[in-house]
Amino acid sequence: MEKRVFFKGWWLPTLLVAPQLLISFVFFFYPSGQAIWNSLFLPDPFGLKTEFVGLDNFRFLLSDPYYLASFKTTVIFSTAVSVSSMALGLYLAALADRLIKGAGVYQTLLIWPYAIAPAIAGVLWLFMFNGNIGLASYYLKALGYEWNHTLKGDQAMFLVILASSWGRISYNFLFFLAGLQAIPKSIIEAAAIDGASFWKRFGTIVIPLLSPITFFLLVVNIVYAFFDTFGVIHTITSGGPEQSTTILVYKVFSDGFVSQDLGSSAAQSVILLVLVGILTVIQFKYIERKVHY
Amino acid sequence: MKHIKAIIASIALFAMFAGTSLQAKVEIQWWHAFGGRLGELLDEQVNKFNASQDKYTVVHTRKGNYSETLNAGIAAFRAGQHPNILMVFEVGTASLMAAKGAYVPMYQLMKDAGQRFNPKGFVSAVSGYYTTTDGKMLSMPYNSSTPVLWVNKDLMKKAGLDPEMDLSTWKRVGNALDAAKAKGIDMPFCTCWHSWVHLENFSAYHNIPFATKANGFAGLDTELAFNSPVHIKHIQTLGKWAQEGKFKYMGRRNEAGKNFRAGECMLMTESSAGYAGIKKEAKFEFGIRHLPYYGGTEAPQNTIIGGSSLWALSGKSKEENKATAAFLAFLSKTDIQAKWHQDTGYLGVTTAAASATKKSGFYKSNPGTDLAGIQMMRNKVTQNSKGLRLGSFDQIRGIIDEEMEGVYNGTKTAQVALDSAVKRGNVLLRRFERANK
Repeated sequence: MEKRVFFKGWWLPTLLVAPQLLISFVFFFYPSGQAIWNSLFLPDPFGLKTEFVGLDNFRFLLSDPYYLASFKTTVIFSTAVSVSSMALGLYLAALADRLIKGAGVYQTLLIWPYAIAPAIAGVLWLFMFNGNIGLASYYLKALGYEWNHTLKGDQAMFLVILASSWGRISYNFLFFLAGLQAIPKSIIEAAAIDGASFWKRFGTIVIPLLSPITFFLLVVNIVYAFFDTFGVIHTITSGGPEQSTTILVYKVFSDGFVSQDLGSSAAQSVILLVLVGILTVIQFKYIERKVHY
Repeated sequence: MKHIKAIIASIALFAMFAGTSLQAKVEIQWWHAFGGRLGELLDEQVNKFNASQDKYTVVHTRKGNYSETLNAGIAAFRAGQHPNILMVFEVGTASLMAAKGAYVPMYQLMKDAGQRFNPKGFVSAVSGYYTTTDGKMLSMPYNSSTPVLWVNKDLMKKAGLDPEMDLSTWKRVGNALDAAKAKGIDMPFCTCWHSWVHLENFSAYHNIPFATKANGFAGLDTELAFNSPVHIKHIQTLGKWAQEGKFKYMGRRNEAGKNFRAGECMLMTESSAGYAGIKKEAKFEFGIRHLPYYGGTEAPQNTIIGGSSLWALSGKSKEENKATAAFLAFLSKTDIQAKWHQDTGYLGVTTAAASATKKSGFYKSNPGTDLAGIQMMRNKVTQNSKGLRLGSFDQIRGIIDEEMEGVYNGTKTAQVALDSAVKRGNVLLRRFERANK
């Protein structure tokens, strides 16, 4: 049975939603409107003069092969970050869930990396893989593997994925662990009595029951990989070499604030806005249907 | 209630007066890009100025590397929070020149402040970069350098080479690298500032255009031209060395300087201003040589400058502009300039500083420190060797760096990479032309 509360009159509900509306307006509608407006202009860097160019900024972007390539980079990067950090998070959660002694210590230690800001995490990994002073690159060299992520695109990509996933594993671990602990023991025990193996139980009971959490984490991780990995990429590769680690958000920054091309940067923001809108619709319309709550 | 208001008002009044009495000196802000040894030397200059008079105080802030400083300055200008003086590296010169209204031209600033200032006192190869075609100086040259070849003599000996051997051409350098590689030297060659050394200065030195329209001096409708056979030959050579492990790529800016100072790299092409750091840190015997060239070309012509100039940004009070003018005039004094030149390896940007240094016998006791100056002024400048004035050039350098990375890691030939860089760079030049019509 559904319960619904109705307000009489209009001023109280208006008052109650006003703060949220105000925040949405100031932090979302106003900046989005600005981005759409600016995407139609070609200003000079100092903001001294500007010219209306219609859709030229979009035309310029879509004919730039490096912009199109950054879509592919973004897909590879976000998939790799989401999948690897979720898989490892789930694996560690499954292990920690079975612990009897010292669970608290393990859990605390596993959650620790989440407390580290992306930019700091980036610098940390950069130190380890630095071509001059890095320990990891030193040992790799001793093993006969030439590490130079300033020059090799695949190595740079690997490093930013590694650094971005690292802190994320903790976050995913935390949610998966909570999810695992919420599954009633009686169901698992019943299946065990019926003779289902660990993997059988995991595949047919645990995973379906975890699906709401998995879905939530998928959304959150993709959003993270899209937007919050900026610090990692900026500190480790600055999008290089040859733009091989330039994801869409980084390109908005580098074209806008490094190259001072604000028109193009605004146009990219608009494209990104549309893209995120589409993604959200797809996620909730199609994927959510298959999730058991 | 009335009492509270009165109290607040009196506190506010008091604060105002207290503020003014503390700020009897006019304070101006200078944003720059110098850290490390150069930052210390810059700080010394500022302290000297602040101590030399009691009317003005200069506060300096480091805003990151050259590009970051320029971007911070531009963003601050849009927000109306900009400093009085902004350090802009030579690459950003065209962008500032085009932004009329964003700065107070140097000649104007000095005239308004009643400062005596002689633009003719600057070395023309340097000041020409910051002067309009009708002879008006827009910004004040601060640090200017030119690329040279740095030699680790100890590693040369280890490679079985004569440390004084002739390294004037790239062919001879190649032979030395072969020998070094054969003796197991890990990093025979490295370089800083790829585009600046191996394309921009390379063009001037070989007297071939980097871009049409006199490298952009003659108009905004310039087009890039650094994909000529000579350019391709050189970049292909670098790519080959990288593949053979003779040249190690360490990064786009001056990252390789660390490896040289640590004694890992045998030969390095880097700005003459690497001198400050190398002199301080190198625990080996080093030498300075002219930048190598290819025989059978018009080289050696002359090399061009890199470095920065100081721009007085607009929108400041008359008092503050006066302070700015006084500080910039102070910086161009001969003793300040001569000391800067000798400490850093930057060129003496005024003729007086160069001759004072010569007189002091500095060049004799520090062999090689005069090479940069000689290399820059060895011939009468041509259209191709005057310098570069290209819009969006910081971004174009980024494109060049990206494409050159493709050559070094072996995924692209020099021809493909340079053609692509020219094509992509021209798109930006057209966009700049359009935005600055």
